[in-house]
Amino acid sequence: MSQQCVLAIAEQSDAAFRKITYEVLSEGRRIANSLGCPLTAVVLGAGEDISKELGEYGADRILVADNQALREYVNDAYTNVIADIIDKENPCVVILGASTQGKELSARIAARINAPLAMDCVAVQVENGNLVITRPMYGGKILADVALDGNPQIAAIRPNSMSIVKTAGAGSVEKLEVDLGKTDLTFVEKNLETGKVELTEADVIISGGRGMGGSDFSVIEELADLLKGAVGASRSAVDEGWRPVSDQVGQTGKVVSPNLYVACGISGAIQHLAGMSSSRVIAAINKDPDAPIFSKADYGIVGDLFEIVPLVIDETKKIKA
Amino acid sequence: MNIVVLLKQVPSTESFIEIADDGVSIKTDNVKMVINPYDEFAVEEAIRLKEAHGGSVTILSVGREKTTESIRTALAMGADSGVLIQDSAAEGCDSLGIARILAAALKDIPFDLIIAGQRAVDDDNFQVGVAVAEYLKIPHVSMVIKEEITDGKIRCHRTVEGGTVILETSLPALFTTQRGLNEPRYASLPGIMKAKKKPLDIKTLADIGLDAEKAGKPMTKIMAVKYPPEREGGTIIDGDSAQAKAAALVRVLHEKAKVI
Ligand SMILES: Cc1cc2nc3c(=O)[nH]c(=O)nc-3n(C[C@H](O)[C@H](O)[C@H](O)COP(=O)(O)OP(=O)(O)OC[C@H]3O[C@@H](n4cnc5c(N)ncnc54)[C@H](O)[C@@H]3O)c2cc1C
Ligand SMILES: Nc1ncnc2c1ncn2[C@@H]1O[C@H](COP(=O)(O)O)[C@@H](O)[C@H]1O
Repeated sequence: MSQQCVLAIAEQSDAAFRKITYEVLSEGRRIANSLGCPLTAVVLGAGEDISKELGEYGADRILVADNQALREYVNDAYTNVIADIIDKENPCVVILGASTQGKELSARIAARINAPLAMDCVAVQVENGNLVITRPMYGGKILADVALDGNPQIAAIRPNSMSIVKTAGAGSVEKLEVDLGKTDLTFVEKNLETGKVELTEADVIISGGRGMGGSDFSVIEELADLLKGAVGASRSAVDEGWRPVSDQVGQTGKVVSPNLYVACGISGAIQHLAGMSSSRVIAAINKDPDAPIFSKADYGIVGDLFEIVPLVIDETKKIKA
Repeated sequence: MNIVVLLKQVPSTESFIEIADDGVSIKTDNVKMVINPYDEFAVEEAIRLKEAHGGSVTILSVGREKTTESIRTALAMGADSGVLIQDSAAEGCDSLGIARILAAALKDIPFDLIIAGQRAVDDDNFQVGVAVAEYLKIPHVSMVIKEEITDGKIRCHRTVEGGTVILETSLPALFTTQRGLNEPRYASLPGIMKAKKKPLDIKTLADIGLDAEKAGKPMTKIMAVKYPPEREGGTIIDGDSAQAKAAALVRVLHEKAKVI
């Protein structure tokens, strides 16, 4: 079995790797080291020039299929191509990101090749040559250790929960000719907000809730911009129509794990906590001293957010100056 | 148009989740069970599509007897019939096992469209809907916030990081729901009365032609469940003025937590 590899699926958007790709490669390298096997990266729809970089994150081989039809991710073509690569490379582990892409891709591949899949892993261990992963369940109210049994074993890792590690070395790039196979889906168009930091990838999130009192989130946006972070929202703020659904953090929104989460005018309902309690540091600004958010926040300020946040902006500017 | 909704019954999101004595499962005795919120969007969307295009809505679930309550709720919202696969062998299944059972049950239910939740908020697996599409060899689109059906084709707006992508495919197809798709209706009193008379079949694995032994063999197994580390919580920053508090917060985030 020693010839088997760990297969890491890179994720690109407009020919640039998403952050999760580096997390996937770094964690893949760690798993490959534990198993004593090589790490093979797969890049679909991007050039060999950008793919080279993956060697710096531990890939021994980098398989590149720079096919025009793979530029835009579509689940059926990607599933067909990756299932073929798995068939040829015979990996013992397949690792990818639990992004919106990786979540459906991993599930479709697992069903296709009848392999065990663990979704949204926050930690991966190797025990007796098999993966045992840790993943949140019930909106993060509990953590489960899950053993995988089968070949290959697929781990989709949660964005922002594994560290990125650079290693010296350059992987060899190999060009792949691929067959897209039978496809039923047609990509029509995409609408992406440029320059916006994605919540699930953000290092800093400043969120506003019903306490914002209206759709003017400018104080929150200013602080987020200053810290190169993203703006989040509670469901109430979304229900009020103040923020788009894509900003919602929580059990029926996005699950985020930034370094810093600042909750402004958010009470801290259990469904909101489910989405952000794995943040490294939580700060809360709320005028109600009894707001439940304070029991989860590392640092809290009791006060009016419209008074406090501008002062926080001023103080941050002083530090940055 | 025949629409099937894959529905799972889950603990309500406000429930306090307690680990059972076996250390691998959770206590379910005093937990309020509801329709998975994402499946509620699926039920609503199916009913709206039926209202617009005609046809029928069937609710399909693998679960325990108690799941009939959630199926009845969906019937009261306006779905036409329900099928519950209830078999102790199904309880040991992982996501792919459940998907295989659902796909087998779908051999006996005519469908043009299947709607599932993007995830069930208990196991948060994001797998079953997509896997069902794979087993049935039909296309799927996940995390859909808007769809339009014309001439046997479905066009879906799918959420991705930072925006949306529009995809099109022909029916039969499956899509999974995302918040923003719709606001689920409440069951009306007449709806609840009508639901009592709507057909709800309960079947075993044998009834849908599956070997109970094989269906149940999981490839993923929960070894242990634990509570996440308690957050320490609660340094409330004091100060003489708002200015002093803000300065103290920024200082501690910068110097101690090193996050700004
Ligand atoms: C099935 C289901 C799923 C759900 N999913 C989610 C989810 O994914 N995400 C989510 O967030 N919620 C979710 N909820 C809703 C959740 O239960 C709460 O209702 C919601 O999180 C409350 O939002 P909030 O904290 O903004 O509002 P509130 O609870 O109304 O809190 C507002 C807070 O702002 C404070 N405040 C007011 N004015 C000011 C001011 N000027 N300065 C400082 N503080 C101020 C108040 O003291 C209060 O604490 C869900 C609910 C259900 C039933
Ligand atoms: N036991 C089940 N019965 C019917 N549908 C299910 C079941 N489990 C999961 N599903 C469907 O698959 C979706 C995703 O579930 P999961 O993969 O468990 O997160 C759910 O929202 C349901 O639509």
